[in-house]
Amino acid sequence: MILKFDIPGDDFTRAGEASSAIKNKLKQTGFSPEVVRKVSIAVYEAEINSIIHANGGTITLTADEEAIVAVIADTGKGIPDIEAAMREGFTTACDNIRKLGFGAGMGLPNMRKYTDEFDIQSKVGKGTTVTMKIYNKQE
Amino acid sequence: MTINDISKLLNCEVLNCADKLESEVHTACGSDMMSDVLAYVKDQAVLLTGLLNPQVVRTAEMMDIICIVFVRGKSPDTAVIDLATEKGIVILSTKERMFEACGKLYTEMNKGKTL
Ligand SMILES: Nc1ncnc2c1ncn2[C@@H]1O[C@H](COP(=O)(O)OP(=O)(O)OP(=O)(O)O)[C@@H](O)[C@H]1O
Ligand SMILES: [Mg+2]
Repeated sequence: MILKFDIPGDDFTRAGEASSAIKNKLKQTGFSPEVVRKVSIAVYEAEINSIIHANGGTITLTADEEAIVAVIADTGKGIPDIEAAMREGFTTACDNIRKLGFGAGMGLPNMRKYTDEFDIQSKVGKGTTVTMKIYNKQE
Repeated sequence: MTINDISKLLNCEVLNCADKLESEVHTACGSDMMSDVLAYVKDQAVLLTGLLNPQVVRTAEMMDIICIVFVRGKSPDTAVIDLATEKGIVILSTKERMFEACGKLYTEMNKGKTL
């Protein structure tokens, strides 16, 4: 199964629509609640990031018996120091974003926590791509 | 306790899903930061918050939270309530402030438990 979504960058009220559709689809397909929850949280964090830190992006999700792989890509401003960005509490979010309930610097560490494999590639001025893999069988 | 017990305890207005008030809930969390809910919540079934945007419902959906209590007498737009209804998430609104609401609920939920 392959699912593709465009994340609109100009309407924060719609943030999470793609993750919601993904959650529904995985549930219907019969993935366990634990796997569905991990994927949903990780993809939602990445979806929100692509809106608040870039100008939207795309999600490509591939799911089979073995694992679920989600790729969230944007062509935004990129991350100058990935190591710093991965630290809990590191954020460049402004007060406007905090008023929306985000910007604690917890998203990237949370994505890594909920996934079995996590990779982030970013180039300043070019964009950011997050790739996450969650195995279907959780022990 | 049930969602209905919470509703009575905090004098809530029930804004949707009146048929789901008998669902059992055992833990709750209170926060205006959805980032923290996503990062720290484990299996809490109830979210108390003062934030009113659709991402409160989206966050609850991702975390499998089944009831949202809006504090300080706030109630969200109908679009937000409709989204919650679609997801089967109960929306309550209480006049209590966050600290009081959490305190009362914490005390009631932990009655009889050894802390
Ligand atoms: N897609 C992205 N494009 C550009 N910068 C990003 C992107 N994703 C993350 N960042 C940078 O990395 C920082 C840390 O991201 P992270 O998701 O951990 O925290 P946050 O989004 O600031 O807050 P939270 O996720 O807790 O709401 C961000 O503040 C931002 O500077
Ligand atoms: Mg984030």
